[in-house]
Parts: sequence; structure tokens; C-alpha cells
Amino acid sequence: MSILINKETRLLVQGITGNEGLFHTTQMVAYGTNVVAGVTPGKGGEWVLDGKIPVFDSVKLAVEATGANCSVIFVPARFAPDAMFEAADAGIPLIVCITEGVPVQDMMRVRNYIDQKGVRLIGPNCPGLLTPGESKVGIIPGNIAIPGNVGVVSRSGTLTYEVLYALKLVGMGASTCVGIGGDPINGTNFIDVLEMFEHDPQTEKVVLIGEIGGTDEDKAAEYIAAHMTKPVVSFIAGQTAPPGKRMGHAGAIIEGSAGSAADKIKALEAAGVKVAKHPEEIPSLLK
Amino acid sequence: MKLHEYQSKAIFAKYGIPILKGRVAATADEAKQIAEELGGRVVIKAQVLVGGRGKAGGVKVAKDPDEAAEFAGQILTMTIKGLPVRKVLVDEAAAIAHEIYFSITNDRAAKKPVMIASAAGGVDIEEVAAKTPEKIVKIHIDPLLGLRDYQSRDIAASIDLPRELWRDFSRIAAGLWQAYKDNDAELAEINPLVITKDNKLIALDGKMLIDDNALFRHPDLAEIRDVDEEAPAETEARRHGLSFIKLDGNIGCMVNGAGLAMTSMDIVKLFGGEPANFLDIGGGAGAEKVAAAMRIILADPNVKAVLFNIFGGITRCDEVARGILTAMEEVKPKVPMVVRLVGTNAEEGRKLLENANMITAETLADAAQKAVAAAKG
Repeated sequence: MSILINKETRLLVQGITGNEGLFHTTQMVAYGTNVVAGVTPGKGGEWVLDGKIPVFDSVKLAVEATGANCSVIFVPARFAPDAMFEAADAGIPLIVCITEGVPVQDMMRVRNYIDQKGVRLIGPNCPGLLTPGESKVGIIPGNIAIPGNVGVVSRSGTLTYEVLYALKLVGMGASTCVGIGGDPINGTNFIDVLEMFEHDPQTEKVVLIGEIGGTDEDKAAEYIAAHMTKPVVSFIAGQTAPPGKRMGHAGAIIEGSAGSAADKIKALEAAGVKVAKHPEEIPSLLK
Repeated sequence: MKLHEYQSKAIFAKYGIPILKGRVAATADEAKQIAEELGGRVVIKAQVLVGGRGKAGGVKVAKDPDEAAEFAGQILTMTIKGLPVRKVLVDEAAAIAHEIYFSITNDRAAKKPVMIASAAGGVDIEEVAAKTPEKIVKIHIDPLLGLRDYQSRDIAASIDLPRELWRDFSRIAAGLWQAYKDNDAELAEINPLVITKDNKLIALDGKMLIDDNALFRHPDLAEIRDVDEEAPAETEARRHGLSFIKLDGNIGCMVNGAGLAMTSMDIVKLFGGEPANFLDIGGGAGAEKVAAAMRIILADPNVKAVLFNIFGGITRCDEVARGILTAMEEVKPKVPMVVRLVGTNAEEGRKLLENANMITAETLADAAQKAVAAAKG
């Protein structure tokens, strides 16, 4: 078992004919992901990867023709909100948006809309999902992780790779790795994923990788203390970062003094989580 | 991106929010001329992109044009929290009866915009928030529906605004919402919104923060960015789509991804070094961007060693390696460089750098330790 994606996942790639889209589609297919279709408006009828994957003009047409049940988005930031709305309206239950730089107000509209539809969004500004040995949806390099029993959830992209790689070097593998993305407004938070890992029989331990800003880690700590039976190890990036730019008076009012690495580490440790000093220390804390 | 008070208020005025008459001056003479045009008492206000200018003496009331020139002259020589004052706003003076705090900002936890108001407005709003949070009213706005009129009335009622001002207040609230929405603001703030002695509502001050990610659809706003207010290296970095913050240490860092960039700084410090900067080259950075990043790092004379930590995903290590080679030919760096490439096309990248005379590292801890040692010479 794994969470969110597995061998059965039928993947659609939005923005498949773009540079990044095509490159990472090739990588995903090489990994064994079942990529059934691509979408690029205006290029419907073409084929990519030597005629293996059909391109459609719209998500709706792609879903009708191929039964895709997951979409990964590689389109530029200015088109990404529309791509997310389109996937949600076409009935895709799981959307993974890799694109970085999506405006915050767009994301507030997208999030409030898809919540009403019961659609699960991962990202944006995230590396996607990886269930080692089965399926990869996004850009996590496949060769840095092996199958195993550690669930990994992270707000960061490349920092997640460090952790997967450090686990692999000592022979530890991942059940599923979920990059939830680093933007202020995203589709899925730590608690959503912790809950999935808690209920996933394959996952025995969990690694949570957070960073400064926001209160998502603090809420995760509360959730862990109240609901998690599986051990959780964590790393928080930004322990030495200078105090961030403040969002005027209103920002201070909303977030108070929360958001520093020290506060987050304190909250996690109080919840019984072991917090690593650097990412390569994580494997030893999991033993 | 922060907007100055005068820029923010000009936007507010476009959306029907009443502001005072006034203009910006860069010299004492200009200030005097504006004061003459306005007539009567004027307020001279420093235009700097930091808070606390009032407490620093950057806001003064002048009784006539000569005094306006004198005060403007003083304020234009001030430095507030490290930023030199280059412009002042000369506004009519208002007869203030009461000050209200009023803003709209993004509430990331609620994933919605939030409208915030308080009858206890003015400079000490943060203290109000900390000590008497019950005096602050918050109403979330559905981003798909927009601000509803009843929500503005609810706010007006809960800050005990006199009923005869509710209609005007609702217009201001609608204007502020539209200004926030149309300009992709992260914050649109009026502090204070005053009730004058003749019972009118006026936005005395204004502040807007614009979402940098949305500037592609606001070329007019991108144009008015005040680059005088940031370090030249940061301006240069932004031009190349890099995220850069200068720090005080001597180990230059070039990393892909904000989380990994912060982690690289953390780990440099953990092993006894001091990072010279935060630099995230972003996802999918090509050779040109990498070369620009390297030039920016090496322009800092404090830098004694450079740490490249690239974990390829959307970024391809061979592209990064090409950028490093291009930049090295151009800048001919004299400091030692430690490079670690892992992930997408890492092998191709390493091959490209084989003859580049760089120190290579396998793990993050290894790379950080080598960089710390190299910086010590």
C-alpha cells in the first residue's frame, strides 16, 4: 500500500508539449508511471514520446478518451490557475501542480473553488509525489529513493530530495513521498498527509520536513500529539535565517510572533517528535 | 513589492477612497511650492519603505510654506532604519476627531482575504493587537464572491462607527477591496482612516504590498518600484529571476530551492561558518541564470569561498554546470569553490566540471565542512 498514487494511477500531463512538461513526462514514463494522456490547447491530435502518448486540446476530452484519474500541471504560472480549474471541472480527483510563482490571490480562488468540489490538490510550487517502485507524479528524481516503510511529507522541494537520498544511502526506503509545496496558500497541508500516513498499513514511520513561516508545523504538532501512533521525525529549515520580511501591521496581527524555526521545533518536540539538526541526521533518528 | 504612501494613496483615490490633497517633493523648494499651492497648514511626511517613521521624527506639521521648506529640508537629510529619505509627501493638514485602523490582507491559515478594522487606530495598532485583541474586528471575504455590503456594515457597526457614516464607510470598504483585488495586493492598509472634525472619513495614510508573483499582469506597478530602497545586488538578482538576500558572512551559497538554500545556510553555520547570502536559483534555472547568480555572489568582497549545492529535479545539473563554466570564464574567480551536484543529469554535470579546478563533495555535510575549511584558507 501507499498513499495518493500507485501502479493503478492513470496520469494526465497538462502542458505536455512544453520544455519541462516533455522532459519530465519522459522521466515519469521511464520510471514506470502510467502516463495515459497529455493536454496542450491547440495541439490536440498530436502524439509525443514516439507516438506513445496522445495529446488533447482539453482535459475533458483527455479524460473521456483515456480515463485519466490524476493530473500533473507543468504550465507557466500565468496559466496554472486556469489549468487547475479545468482539471477540477473535468472531474479529476487528484491534481498535482508543479508550477512555481502562482499569484496568491489566484491560489485563494482556486483553493476555495476546489474545496467545494471535493478535489485533492497537491502544490503548487511543489515537487509532486513519488511512490518508489510504482509511480512518480512530478519531478522528484526517481533514482534517489527506494521502496520502504517511511512516509515523507515536505513543504520544500529539493530539501525533500536530500532526505530521500540520505534514507537510500543507509538502505531505508519510502512508502510515499509527498511534496506539499512552499507557497502560502496550497492545496494540501501537513495534517492531511499525516492522517493518510497514519491510516496507511505500509507506512511505519513518518518524516516531516518543514520550514520557517506560517503555522502549518505548529498545527501538525498538535495533530501528532493527539492522533498519531506512528513515530515522527522532523527537520525545520531556516534555523539561521534572519528575521523575515514582515507583512506590515496586518501580517503581524494575523501571524503574531509565530513562524520562527525555534518555535516550530519547540512545538514539535513537545509533541514527542525527534527534530534533526541537519537533514542527513534524519536516518539515525528513525532507527 | 512595497509601495510608498503616496503611490498607495494614488491607487486608493482611483477607487474612490477620499484622500487629502498633496504631492511629492524631492527638495525643500519643491515642498515650499506645494505648500503655497495648498495654502494653510501642511503635513510633511518622509516617504521610506519602513514603518515607524512617525516615531523617528519623519512626520511634521508646518504652519506656512517657509516652515514647510524648513521641515522638508530636515526630513530629506534623515535616515530612517538605515534607509535615506529621498522624498517627502506634502499633504493638507486635517482636523482629526478620531482614528480608525482599516486593512485587507491575505490570511494564509484561513486561505481567504481578511478585512481587519479597529476603533483604536493610529501608530500603535500592533500594541492594540497584542494587548487588547478584542478591540480588533476581522471578517473573512470569500475570494470567489468578493466583499458583500453587509460585511462592510457589520464592520462599521462593530467598531462603533456613527450610523451617518456607514454609507461612506461601505464605499471606502468596497474601494479598498477592489484596490486590493485588482492590484494583486498582499496588503492594502489605511492607518489611520480618520473621522475629521467636520465628520468626514478620509484615508490619512496608505500602504500597499503587491504580490511579486503577480507583477506580470501589472506592468504599471512593476515600473514604479523604488529600486533606491534595496541593495543593488538584490535589484540585479531580481532582474534575473533569482531570490537573493545579502548576509554578513564569508561563504557564498548558490542553491536550488528555498528550503534547501536555507538548510545549506543552517548547515554552514552548524559547522562553524557564516553564510554570505541566501540565494535560490529557483526551479529549472538555465546556464545564463546560473552565471548571473555567480557574478552576484562574487561581487561581494567578503566572500572567501563559494558553496554550490544543486539537487536536480526540475533543474538539470548539466545546465547548472554550464552556467558555472560560463561565469568562471568571465569573472575568473580567485576564491575556492566547493560543488555538489546530485539528481537530474548530475553525472553529465560532474563530467563538465571535471577540469574546472573545483572541490567536489558527496554529501551536504561534507560540502558544508569543505566550504567552511576553504573559507578559513
